[in-house]
Amino acid sequence: MRISTFWYCLKQGVNNICRNILFSLASIATVSACIFLFCLFFSIMINVQHVIKNTEGTVGVTVFFEAGLDKNKITEIGNQIKAREEVKETKFISAEEAWNEAKKEYFGDMQDLAEGFEQDNPLANSSSYTVFLKDLVNQDKVVDWLKGIEGVRKVNYSRTAAEGMNSLNKVVGVLSMLIIGILLSVAIFLISNTISVAAAFRKNENHIMKLIGATDYMIRAPFVVEGIIIGLVGASIPLIAIYFLYRSTVEYVVTKFSILTGLFQFLPVEAIFPYMAATALSLGLGIGFFVSFFTIRKHLKV
Amino acid sequence: MIELWNVSKTYEAGNKALRNVSMNVEDGEFVFIIGRSGSGKSTLLKMLLKEIEPTSGKIIVNDMNLGKMPRKFIPKYRRKLGMVFQDFRLLKDRNVYENVAFAQRVIGASTKSIKESVPAILTMVGLSSKYKFLPQQLSGGEQQRVAIARALINRPEILLADEPTGNLDGHNSMEIMKLLNEINKQGTTVIVVTHSQEIVDRMKKRVIVMDRGAIISDEKKGGYTYEN
Repeated sequence: MRISTFWYCLKQGVNNICRNILFSLASIATVSACIFLFCLFFSIMINVQHVIKNTEGTVGVTVFFEAGLDKNKITEIGNQIKAREEVKETKFISAEEAWNEAKKEYFGDMQDLAEGFEQDNPLANSSSYTVFLKDLVNQDKVVDWLKGIEGVRKVNYSRTAAEGMNSLNKVVGVLSMLIIGILLSVAIFLISNTISVAAAFRKNENHIMKLIGATDYMIRAPFVVEGIIIGLVGASIPLIAIYFLYRSTVEYVVTKFSILTGLFQFLPVEAIFPYMAATALSLGLGIGFFVSFFTIRKHLKV
Repeated sequence: MIELWNVSKTYEAGNKALRNVSMNVEDGEFVFIIGRSGSGKSTLLKMLLKEIEPTSGKIIVNDMNLGKMPRKFIPKYRRKLGMVFQDFRLLKDRNVYENVAFAQRVIGASTKSIKESVPAILTMVGLSSKYKFLPQQLSGGEQQRVAIARALINRPEILLADEPTGNLDGHNSMEIMKLLNEINKQGTTVIVVTHSQEIVDRMKKRVIVMDRGAIISDEKKGGYTYEN
């Protein structure tokens, strides 16, 4: 494409927007509303995911071994566990460490009461691996596999924690998708309407263009430019708003409700904004491009 | 060369616009097509532009069979044709220069080429001093000149004019016809659909008379031979 043709299409796209400024503003406002809500859910979801991931890191599966199992065999099993792709991290707790922990937990300041067991560790067969998974969705599968390993006596895990987090994750995801889906439909409808109005406005011009020998691509280009501009402007406005809103909300919550910070840690705006901006701009651009591209097709039959 | 072989057109409502029309137009010819309203003249032009398809028959333009032409070749084919309308069809929000440049712009011509050819064609149609005027600031005759300039800017081999003088007074009509005659003398095939008896009688060109979708007369140097 010639640079002059590119500028021509760009200019015509901007002209289209200016000619139907009210429709264009309505479309931009709707896209902005959609993307604002998308960004809002994106922020909530990514923070919830963050909390879930943090919590997931503390929910482990504990593997105990048969009494008297050889240390080398235990190490070998540990290596097999580490090699699984679902496994994020493993932690080996020897019988001595387990007993020390138990002493702290049960005898507290009265450690001398435990002295009687000094030569006879009651947890001698309690060396274990605590296995942390990358995603708790895989817990059942990994537990089944662990139970099948020769030399494994017992596998402890929390089904409730895993299921609870998985379902929270799913609910947030489904709810977000649903709301975003509805809003996207409204945005698509409005952009399509705006492009149709612009096409009706330029009907004479498009007809002349066709008869002169303009290609479909050349006729389509100003409308696609119009759609892309609406999409990108519609995405940029809420991004700017969300950037400042998110930052000030986090600052406010952290300063006013400092007690929450122990329970819930917000991701800083700098951590989420690049992903949010890339997603929102792609969404705006994608909606603008595809809606205008397909809407204008029906106006090309000359 | 334009060839029509037994071309018929029936619209969806059952209205027969053309009935077995066969004719030839040689390169560089000047042809008037006359006839009553609804006799099929405009349908014929639309078919040549490949705006509508014949129900049956074959149309060959410069050795290209329009019926077998793939959709993607239509824009290139149309660049070989120039079209002038009765209502001028100028873009009201653009001045004379931009209206003419538009025809080059939309086929992807370079800015350099546009800057060279638009002033030349405006000089040819006698509007070089009014290049900044908007269409509504021009007379009907001047507007039609702009439309002709736009039709000619891409150097078409064939110029189709559908009632080019329909909205003009006698003086302006003759001026436009003189211009079309000049264009024809430079080698462009010109086909003019008209109702103007005065023009047809004065120009002494080939005249094809149509009635109810059929050609009823075709004379080399004819005159206006039917009662409107």
